[in-house]
Amino acid sequence: MQIKINVNGEDKTVEVKPHEYILDTLRNLGYYSVRRGCDTTSCGLCTILVDGKPILSCGTFAAKCDGHKIITVEGTGEEGKRLAQCIVEEGVDQCGYCSPGFILTVLAMKNELRSPTDDEIKHYLTNNLCRCTGYEGQLRAIRRFLEEV
Amino acid sequence: MKEVTRSIPKVDGLGLILGKPVYTDDLAPKNTLIVKILRSPHAFARIKSINTDIAKKVPGVECILTHEDAPKNRYTRAGQAYPETSPQDTYILDEYVRYVGDDVAIIAATSEESAEKAKKLIKVEYEVLEPILDIEKSEGNSTIIHPEDDSVCLVDSVGYDPSKNVVCKHIFDYGDVDKVLSESDLVLERTYHTQSSHQGFMETYRSATHLDEHGRLVVLSSTQVPFHVRRSLAKAFDMPIGQIRVIKPRVGGGYGGKQSANTEYYPALVTLKTGKPAKIIFTRQENFEAGLPRLPMRLDIKVGANNDGRITAIDLKAIGGSGAHGEHANSVLFATVMKVINLYNKVDAARYRGTGVYTNTVPTGAFRGFGATQGVFALENTINEIAEKLNIDPTVIHDMNMIKQGECAIRFDCNGVKNTGPYEIMQSCGLEQCVKRGKELIGWDEKFPGKQVAPNKFRGVGMAIARQGSGVPYQDMGSATLKLNEDGTFMLLIGATDIGQGSDTILSQICAEAVGIKTEDITVLSSDTDLTPFDSGAYASSTTYVTGNAVKKTGEKMRKMIIEEAARILNVPVRSINFDKGKITIDGISKNMTLGELGKTLLYAQKELIASDSYVCYKSPPPYIAAFAEVEVNTDTGKVFVENFVGVVDIGTPINPTLAKIQAEGGILHGIGMALHEEVRMNDKGKMETNSFMTYKVPTRKDFGNIIVEFDDSYEPSGPYGAKSVGEVTLNTSAPAIREAIYNAVGVRINSLPMTPEKVLMALKNKDRV
Repeated sequence: MQIKINVNGEDKTVEVKPHEYILDTLRNLGYYSVRRGCDTTSCGLCTILVDGKPILSCGTFAAKCDGHKIITVEGTGEEGKRLAQCIVEEGVDQCGYCSPGFILTVLAMKNELRSPTDDEIKHYLTNNLCRCTGYEGQLRAIRRFLEEV
Repeated sequence: MKEVTRSIPKVDGLGLILGKPVYTDDLAPKNTLIVKILRSPHAFARIKSINTDIAKKVPGVECILTHEDAPKNRYTRAGQAYPETSPQDTYILDEYVRYVGDDVAIIAATSEESAEKAKKLIKVEYEVLEPILDIEKSEGNSTIIHPEDDSVCLVDSVGYDPSKNVVCKHIFDYGDVDKVLSESDLVLERTYHTQSSHQGFMETYRSATHLDEHGRLVVLSSTQVPFHVRRSLAKAFDMPIGQIRVIKPRVGGGYGGKQSANTEYYPALVTLKTGKPAKIIFTRQENFEAGLPRLPMRLDIKVGANNDGRITAIDLKAIGGSGAHGEHANSVLFATVMKVINLYNKVDAARYRGTGVYTNTVPTGAFRGFGATQGVFALENTINEIAEKLNIDPTVIHDMNMIKQGECAIRFDCNGVKNTGPYEIMQSCGLEQCVKRGKELIGWDEKFPGKQVAPNKFRGVGMAIARQGSGVPYQDMGSATLKLNEDGTFMLLIGATDIGQGSDTILSQICAEAVGIKTEDITVLSSDTDLTPFDSGAYASSTTYVTGNAVKKTGEKMRKMIIEEAARILNVPVRSINFDKGKITIDGISKNMTLGELGKTLLYAQKELIASDSYVCYKSPPPYIAAFAEVEVNTDTGKVFVENFVGVVDIGTPINPTLAKIQAEGGILHGIGMALHEEVRMNDKGKMETNSFMTYKVPTRKDFGNIIVEFDDSYEPSGPYGAKSVGEVTLNTSAPAIREAIYNAVGVRINSLPMTPEKVLMALKNKDRV
């Protein structure tokens, strides 16, 4: 079947299988920042923004995204870069594998929550696992990012 | 020092996190064959027959390979230096399957769907055998897990005896333990169980293979040990090493798990059979069921002490479960003594008996902390209990007995052979200051032992210390090659493997310091066996110390070459040349030269400047940690929550304090996960029950309170600019410190990991009954 999606501002018409997940569609299109970390929607690595909301692309059918706007980390522009800069400056860019999903979730959080507390930040990001950092540095990076914007 | 001890951002940071295609699957050739594995449903069985006729007819299937098609050369997947001490007990595909999840057949197809469909159509007839699932029942069992006669160990002293299911046996002695224990005022005897836990890296095991234009096998792999992978592949396929190239792209986490080659053989076999590119990507389930988690252990320990608080003797016995293959068991059990008992070097006697055994469960391997984690849990638990029995503050009993700066480590006799080797002197050991500072940070004097904060909530504090090493002495080697470009910048080629810890960055910093340039002027190429010099790989906390020293030597060589060449070109004596920040000046003369000018002059008409050097470590200076946990225990639910965890760490001089801090915080959290949540668990048929992130509970950011890390500023004379290692040591103290904190909160001690709410609640019930 054919779907029309807009990825990072670009309109695409893609042939997909009915049971295909949007994660695989995006990777096939060359958006390698979208990654599968588990098979049970429990790690948050595959997070993308659909119409601005974070969703897990490994558990969302491509067909469901027909007509919707998708943002991957490649499309986060200056804001994504600024957050990335904060992450790098705090040294929490360790293996980097979970970072795209993490960055997208933080950007969505920024739009949803006004002046979030540490507990609210942790709650919002609970589903985004990271095995390298111990999360403390990530929190420092988020704080720095939120204070700057 | 200008470039080291500076918290510069990682050299590859922005590209990594903004999604540049840098990982194995991003770089794998397009349109490769997709490789899938048919796995055993039985814990132990012999394959009687495999029928692939129908499966092969599925459109898109390129080949289906069984044990009849695979080479019969025994190898080990473990990736340590040579000679490898793990037994060579593995075929790419074997007639026997030894755990649920063991490989039975390799399917290669043009699409994942075809491969999966074919997988379901393969018919296998098994002769099901009685498995051994319990590490305590393995040694000498009538069931023999490796009955074949061609499994061997290259090193005799390991004590490999497959007829008894024994992978290795260790006998270490220092003094007369029985005598000292009998003369001690107090002897505490305890048994502990540490669980198997999984590294849980985010990028699952994966690799891709193809043949290059010369017909050589090229392997892209998410690995910590590219050079050992090359050696292992050469052995498995009986190929010359020069016919194999292993490239390590960016790695999505390893923590020891990728110190073994796990996936490489499968696509390699397909590529060699078909000539076509192939790749395999483990699913998360495969990653758990066929991964290489930590060795579970049973630890029996006796510790003697006198009433004045002096620890007199330590007698430790460990059984470590190696699973279906013997990967790393020998070195893990070795770490259990060498990196543990020496915390208390003032004892009169010590003894260690370690045994690694086969079981019909998932093969185990390296995991951050190695065997030290398990041993420290047993030893520190017991020391804490002794402190209580003698009514001495644990921080005081630790301070009295622990190893200190300038002291010698214990020299063990091994297998009855007297140790006459050199004494290992602690030239840097900041444990004393670490304990002192940690006490302040946690507020020990106000909080010890604990208090009630609500009708059902109790808080307590606990502490523990640990050490690790920095590389394996006389074995681990790193190398570096440095080239001057014509614009005055440099290419640093290193075999060391950046798996996220930031070694490309800190090695660049060390290099820049040695040459006398800026880190930004260096471009790193790491871990391609064709292009970069040899390195043992990223394990044993070796990269900063071992490869760091190699890089320092190489940088110093380059500096000397630059000065000599500048003197020659400028026609002045060498001693009059000054070289700093990329500028060459001459004493008393206004003439000068930039590095770019030197580079251009040399490269276009004279010669290329290449410096290269290696470093093998002859000692392994231990990093140390003193850790303090503050927990809250809910007596209604048994839930333990770590409110605060303080780790004060002596890693020598940190090359990059920010990166070191993040590594320490991550290590501590691994330890908290191991202490409270994480467990690789099988059912009574050997099927893994914890094979996803739903059931295997790595901590989320809501599962703990605060982690506070500080570094003690010591200086290790043998390290590059004073540095030791940081990778592993931080994990080791979490479990024993938390266990003691639980005791100080609610008065129960848990002797098996993880300390789940069920176990705490049960212990509380039993305590009430008493």
